[in-house]
Amino acid sequence: MEKLSFTMKPSTPATGTRARAIVGVVASGNLEVLLERNLPANICIIDIATAAPGFAAVWEAVIEDFVTRRPAGGLHISINDGGARPDMVSLRLAQGVRLIEELEA
Amino acid sequence: MRNWSTQKEALALRRYAGQRYACGKIVALDDLPRFLEAVLRPGDRVCLEGDNQKQADILAKALANLDPGKIHDLHMVQSGVVLPEHLDVFEKGVAKRLDFSYSGPQSTRIARMLFGSKIELGAVHTYLELFARYFIDLTPQVALIAAVSADRDGNLYTGPNTEDTPTVVEATSFKSGLVVAQVAEIVDKVPRVDIPGDLVHFVVDAKKPFYVEPLFTRDPGAITETQILTAMLAIKGLYAPYGVRRLNHGIGFNTAAIELLLPTYGEKLGLKGKICTHFALNPHPTLIPAIEAGWVEQVHSFGSEVGMDDYLSARSDIFFTGPDGSLRSNRAYCQVAGLYACDMFIGSTLQIDLQGHSSTVTTNRIAGFGGAPNMGSDSRGRRHPSEPWLKAGADADPDTAEGLRRGRKLVVQIGETFGEKNVPLFVEQLDALELADKLDLDLAPVMIYGDDVSHIITEDGIANLLLCRDNDEREQAIRGVAGYTDVGRARDRKMVERLRARGVIRRPEDLGIDPLDADRRMLAARSIKDLMLASGGLYQPPSQFRNW
Repeated sequence: MEKLSFTMKPSTPATGTRARAIVGVVASGNLEVLLERNLPANICIIDIATAAPGFAAVWEAVIEDFVTRRPAGGLHISINDGGARPDMVSLRLAQGVRLIEELEA
Repeated sequence: MRNWSTQKEALALRRYAGQRYACGKIVALDDLPRFLEAVLRPGDRVCLEGDNQKQADILAKALANLDPGKIHDLHMVQSGVVLPEHLDVFEKGVAKRLDFSYSGPQSTRIARMLFGSKIELGAVHTYLELFARYFIDLTPQVALIAAVSADRDGNLYTGPNTEDTPTVVEATSFKSGLVVAQVAEIVDKVPRVDIPGDLVHFVVDAKKPFYVEPLFTRDPGAITETQILTAMLAIKGLYAPYGVRRLNHGIGFNTAAIELLLPTYGEKLGLKGKICTHFALNPHPTLIPAIEAGWVEQVHSFGSEVGMDDYLSARSDIFFTGPDGSLRSNRAYCQVAGLYACDMFIGSTLQIDLQGHSSTVTTNRIAGFGGAPNMGSDSRGRRHPSEPWLKAGADADPDTAEGLRRGRKLVVQIGETFGEKNVPLFVEQLDALELADKLDLDLAPVMIYGDDVSHIITEDGIANLLLCRDNDEREQAIRGVAGYTDVGRARDRKMVERLRARGVIRRPEDLGIDPLDADRRMLAARSIKDLMLASGGLYQPPSQFRNW
């Protein structure tokens, strides 16, 4: 298990009012993403616990693109990764941001 | 005075020797080993029928059990190296040299044996290329083939899996070679004559059906959201603008996803009747929902697919069927159809390099090619126009006057930037080159050459290589859709953005596609059971795909 942490300065704050959201599952090739809205609007912290060590550079690239493309400001994101491929990580992060934008069900 | 009939005389001797173990043309299973020993000669060129689907398995087993003291140094010329026995013959010394096309399940062992010099390799061919050589310089002296049933005159019924048989028999029998068929039963009258009896010299009563691999069955349950995204990109970003109606789909989950999105996503885009109407294609179960929804007009098939036979018989307006009602497949004709009459080939691969060369060979696996290099190549002999072909030709060569400008086939490689076990699809150098070096081959086993590839689709977008004007642009277009692989992260970002502005690279958002819309609920069938239900119960999935 490798632990990584990134503190990013996203271009846009997350929209909506929902306090937290969770998407995905912890399984081989998949990941669970917990999003909590509890940071200043110009900061995004992403903590990763991954079953596949040695991919820090790839994580960094994925996360840089994520905070550039999606409104992620103010979010503390915790990832529990089961060795998901980058395309899956990007998708789950995007799904998480969309979910936290929605009204509470 | 030269004797001009040595081959006919040799055939007569083989037939005479074999007759000892036959009653008429029929050879009993118990007599098979002695029979084969009697008709074969050391050094013979032998075609043991087997491709990626059907297998002359009983004959393969018997051949592998022959005494190498008596029968040795055979030169095997066959489409598929699929069964363990196909390699046992080399391990035991019965055979020495090999010319083939495809080796799916044996890809690891064949690599090991090539490195261990257990096999003298002729070449790895595309199917059509190997068939062609059957008529020029690799004509079999003995063909060991498979059929469903035979009558006492040797007329053969091959059933829906006709596949390579007519080609193999044509080349062997008309060039004075010996043809031996294994069949599941001897009948008074065959349901239809697929192979005329006077071309078949002996029939082995195997008392059970030949083995068929369900190679083209893809469980919709295993299709991922990323694969759905690539399928959406393909439909909206390629099929629609080029108006692709005549095409071939390779094997794989990305193309299965395309098939399953036609009646849903394709319908929503108003593309019915405008794309995907005519196929050169094995009967993919995942095509059932599109057929049932009226998308598909006609399909010609290389082979059949396990469990699809009743469905195919019940849809004779779509498929090619015989007077008996069952499918007639033919690999050679279908390969020709794919080469000359299809405007697009789309399929997956294991490695793509910076010039767009692709290969399924990795350092410890030699999977061969099957049909992909043929389907996935631009035929220089084509002369009839069609909208997609002309449009692709204009993309590639805008400066030549229309009347003299060749069209281009759309040859599309589709996949996720990372494959199984996080192995990147994009590489700086193909493993095939290292293999060629190690084995001292003249040619690296490249499946599709870069100059034949027109587009690459990944979840990152579509790269249109036809629009690239030099090697640098080509390399950056490829890096530009290579996602977070090392190749992708080493892209020249500015140049990639320039290529994007020119439409050489198109991202999902450039096509109005939100990756978050790539949802499994869009699939017209989400399980094998859904496919069975969509077929009205006519599709009977093989047991390994039944999980309910």
